Amino acid sequence: MSSGTKTTADYIQHHLTNLTYGQLPDGTWGFAHSGAEAAQMGFWSVNVDSMAWSIVLGLVFALLFRAAAASATAGVPGGLQNFVEMIVEFINETTDSIFQHKNEMIAPLAMTIFVWVFLMNAMDLVPVDWLPELAVLLGVSHMKVVPSTDPNITMAMALSIFALIIYYSIKCKGAIGFLKELTLHPFPSVFAIPVNFLLEFVSLIAKPLSLGLRLFGNMYAGEMIFILIALMFGGGIGFFIFGGVLQWVWAVFHVLVITLQAFIFAVLTIVYLAQAHDSEEH
Amino acid sequence: MNLNATLLGQSITFVIFVWFVMKYIWPILGSAMRERQEAIAAGLRASEEADQKLASAATNAESELAAAKAEATVIIEQARGRASQMVEEAKDEARQEGERLLEAARAEIDQEMNRAKETLRGEVATLVIAGAERVIEDNIDASKHEAMLTKLAAEL
Repeated sequence: MSSGTKTTADYIQHHLTNLTYGQLPDGTWGFAHSGAEAAQMGFWSVNVDSMAWSIVLGLVFALLFRAAAASATAGVPGGLQNFVEMIVEFINETTDSIFQHKNEMIAPLAMTIFVWVFLMNAMDLVPVDWLPELAVLLGVSHMKVVPSTDPNITMAMALSIFALIIYYSIKCKGAIGFLKELTLHPFPSVFAIPVNFLLEFVSLIAKPLSLGLRLFGNMYAGEMIFILIALMFGGGIGFFIFGGVLQWVWAVFHVLVITLQAFIFAVLTIVYLAQAHDSEEH
Repeated sequence: MNLNATLLGQSITFVIFVWFVMKYIWPILGSAMRERQEAIAAGLRASEEADQKLASAATNAESELAAAKAEATVIIEQARGRASQMVEEAKDEARQEGERLLEAARAEIDQEMNRAKETLRGEVATLVIAGAERVIEDNIDASKHEAMLTKLAAEL
């Protein structure tokens, strides 16, 4: 807690509010001063902090891996190349074991998701007050540093993958084939079309929703616990030490969570796209 | 927690990063790794071949060594046989030569002895006659006593 005048609720609220740019109630464009104000801006507003951290972390990933690729040698690899190749190998094996079709995009897509989501999740391990307080010192009112705790970020990725699912479903099965799958499955009868469509449509829609919300939910909950632990630091020396221990324990556990969530997101993407490519009836 | 245009921004960013990885990172690393894999596989194959060659060379060397040893044994045996044969031959020759020399020496000795006997016989006859002349102071008729003298000389 930065100052004594803030209440606990304010503190939590502050941590959960994005820095949103959009049209203010008075008609001018600028940053929202509160969560409520941000909500009033409607769809045409941007969470600048989520976007900025997401892009920065994406650049870290892209440039690091590009540097490894640029100096890649078939001879003895250096440290960076070794590290990057380890990830490439890992993603390649995972992809090969799940995705049996020919598509040059799947593995790079999976690697981008895995590393990028991991980096976004890893921001959770930075003590919750450091970057937001630094931002306040620099005159920026709100700063959420973990992009994957913003449903906009996770759902954007999930919906992009959903678009790919639709695209490849139609490409591999044909529009008719895709419609057939939605309507004549699991009960292959003309009379069962409404039931089939309901079942299949729900399961289709559930894919991006579960994909995006799972990551968001896990990271949001993890962040929330870090914030609650951070509240203890203001409660005297006993709470301070207890909170410190708790934060360490939770961070160690969270290392597992962020890696696992990144991996799950990548693997489910591969699985869904593999299903989209499967044209035979099952 | 409101959905807004961040959704679009992140989608566009996502597409750009995936495209970048697909175009500028994945293929390069993939080909480098494949190349290395092939190089390693080739290296392993080569070392295996070299091992096989080494093993066959060792077998060859062993068999050749064994053959050479056998040949050497044969040669040594032959040489030994030849040597003992030569020694035997030399011994025989030497024995024969020795015997021949011995024979020759014996013959010569016999000859010499006979010659000496002849000489002695003649001289003895003369001496006996001279001695007898002196003893009996009388001329012995050599012709009369020739037979007796010759018999005497032969007994010497």
